[in-house]
Amino acid sequence: MNVDKQKETILIEVNGKEIEAVVGETILSALNREGIRVPTLCHMKGFIPSGACRICVVELGNGRLVSSCSYPVEPGMKIQTHSSTVLEARKTIVELLLANHPDDCLFCLRNNNCELQSLAKEYHVMERRIRGNKNSLKLDHSGPSIVRDPEKCILCGRCVRVCEERIGVACIDYINRGSKTFIGTTLKQPLNTSSCVNCGQCILACPTGALTEKNNVGLVLEALKQKEKMVVVQYAPSISVSIAEAFGMTPGEDLNGAMNAALRRMGFNHVFDTTFGADLTIMEEASELVERVKNGGKLPMFTSCCPGWVKYAEEFAPDMLENLSTCKSPQQMTGAMIKTYFANKVGVKPENIISVSIMPCTAKKFECERDTMGRDGLQDVDIVITSRELIEMINIYGIDLKTIEKEGADSPLGIRSTAGKIFGATGGVMEAALRSGYHFITGGELGDFRVTAVRGDKGRKEAKIKISDDLELGVAVISGLGNAMELINEIRNGRSDIHFIEVMTCPGGCINGGGQRIGAKSEDVSARAKALYNIDETETLRLCHKNPEIIELYNEFLGAPLKHKSHEYLHTHYAERDVLL
Amino acid sequence: MKTSIDNILDKHVGKGRDALIALLQEIQETEGFLSEEAIVKTGQKLGIPTSKIYGVATFYNQFRFEPQGKFHIQVCRGTACHVLGSLTVLQELERLLKVKAGQTTRDGLFSIEVVACIGACGLAPVININGTFHANMTPEKLENILETYRKQA
Repeated sequence: MNVDKQKETILIEVNGKEIEAVVGETILSALNREGIRVPTLCHMKGFIPSGACRICVVELGNGRLVSSCSYPVEPGMKIQTHSSTVLEARKTIVELLLANHPDDCLFCLRNNNCELQSLAKEYHVMERRIRGNKNSLKLDHSGPSIVRDPEKCILCGRCVRVCEERIGVACIDYINRGSKTFIGTTLKQPLNTSSCVNCGQCILACPTGALTEKNNVGLVLEALKQKEKMVVVQYAPSISVSIAEAFGMTPGEDLNGAMNAALRRMGFNHVFDTTFGADLTIMEEASELVERVKNGGKLPMFTSCCPGWVKYAEEFAPDMLENLSTCKSPQQMTGAMIKTYFANKVGVKPENIISVSIMPCTAKKFECERDTMGRDGLQDVDIVITSRELIEMINIYGIDLKTIEKEGADSPLGIRSTAGKIFGATGGVMEAALRSGYHFITGGELGDFRVTAVRGDKGRKEAKIKISDDLELGVAVISGLGNAMELINEIRNGRSDIHFIEVMTCPGGCINGGGQRIGAKSEDVSARAKALYNIDETETLRLCHKNPEIIELYNEFLGAPLKHKSHEYLHTHYAERDVLL
Repeated sequence: MKTSIDNILDKHVGKGRDALIALLQEIQETEGFLSEEAIVKTGQKLGIPTSKIYGVATFYNQFRFEPQGKFHIQVCRGTACHVLGSLTVLQELERLLKVKAGQTTRDGLFSIEVVACIGACGLAPVININGTFHANMTPEKLENILETYRKQA
């Protein structure tokens, strides 16, 4: 009983036992506090209840069945959570959901990780008692990031709500009515020409296999077969702390060394750390910020490393495109350096390199296909896989991350600072940029490097950072794209005290990206953030501009930030997108 | 340049979400259907994403998303017509015109709309083409009727 004593409580009777409940809460929330598990499908923590699927029914004293996720507690109410009436009702609901569901669990990406499948097992559904007409809606694999299979959709609406309420894109909604209902875009357009920003939060929300990433495991396996090609891989800062739970280890455990070894075991010829690219991004981005502040450039400057946000800006805020940093993302900077600087160093033609990247993000699959992300008809990054697909591959190759001997990443493009590592959490890019920006302006270093005001998983954070006697930078950090428009409108209405804004599409940043493990709890995500900041506290190389490989790269190849070569390889441009908003 | 949709939207000042259906009805009355332009501009006017507008509009049978054909065929699927075989009439019509209910033929001549009872149960099964009622319909009669209209085109 951990009822908040500040709140007014009442007593209710659950399964013959009295428990305390808070006035105004739902039956489900009181039950969950007591550790009584009631199944849910359409319910989403932190959202207003919709009560659509009714799998959470409980029986009241008068024999009525009500959905516990939306029914408020009343004093003295009697509730049965597992009476025979309740169990029968729940089983029927599952059977009805299965009535028009395809029978291809074995070939479904969500096999063994599907809420509908678990419920069918839990309620002992052993045969297809109710047979309904299957819908004949087509698979939408038009886009590079997300695949939608409307046949597997159970219309719970979780994707619709996350897209509208968290991401602020509202690309999809319920179309039609009754048995003809499906989830779709305006005028039934395919995803690739819709307003979808490819963030993949809908995939994390989906209880079944109706929404999945465009899975590229097959492509990577195929690439690894090609012995005449050099197959290289890079992985994003958040990956090493995001996969431990999948292998029975503590959430947030840093598996960087084991992952390097595993990737080599799979047959990748070189293993690079995208965090190196994050350091490079900061060199360019912080320089760009300093340049804009000193020379009266367009302010505030927005970060541009999140491809979901970049597409959102191109659609919803084309008037702000000049405010976006022209820097490519760490993935694309690393990719560009792999096929130029590195290729040159090892004497391999870029066309003979297959460049794979492992990202916490489905939008990265879209980003690598953008038209400035390569040269001479070659993409800088050829194949993007997500954390989920990496987990799949580790299983395919039968690698035990617990026992495998740890290895380091390859050089060059392998050494990283911890400032680049914290890119994985919301506020990390900001903090890393401030550390280096401070150095670029003053020549000194920023206190103890910590900028705690921009840390934490709040959707919107703001801070004032004193750089010198006559310069104070106003900064803002957005996580969860749905929080961006408010700030954009403030800027449109003349707000001018902010210089630099970091935007991450996914709530919490990349550690909660749309490519991460499905079913991760919010504690797991917090553990990932904690792990990143712990790495930052315990290691010594904490500044991007102190990374020896970055210094070497500029000396040998690029010259200096924002110079000709940097512009050619590391910067990009944006254009308004004409989509239905 | 202002379109007729702009003119309709301009008439409604300071309206919110609750005006959505009335606005869509008014636009459809003038335009005959809801175009992409209508959906986008209504969205901008009311501050609603287009997906939500499309979701609401597809919920109701009354809205269509293609222009009507020169001859607009309403097929009654009310109870009386149903009992007397309106489903086979509809299916034959869809087969002959090679479009589904809610769609318009490629040459722009015919469009089909399914309606609930049109209050002519005595004539069941009944179809209504541009205001003219055709009573006691059978699938066999359709071809001739369509041919008559084709000649008028």
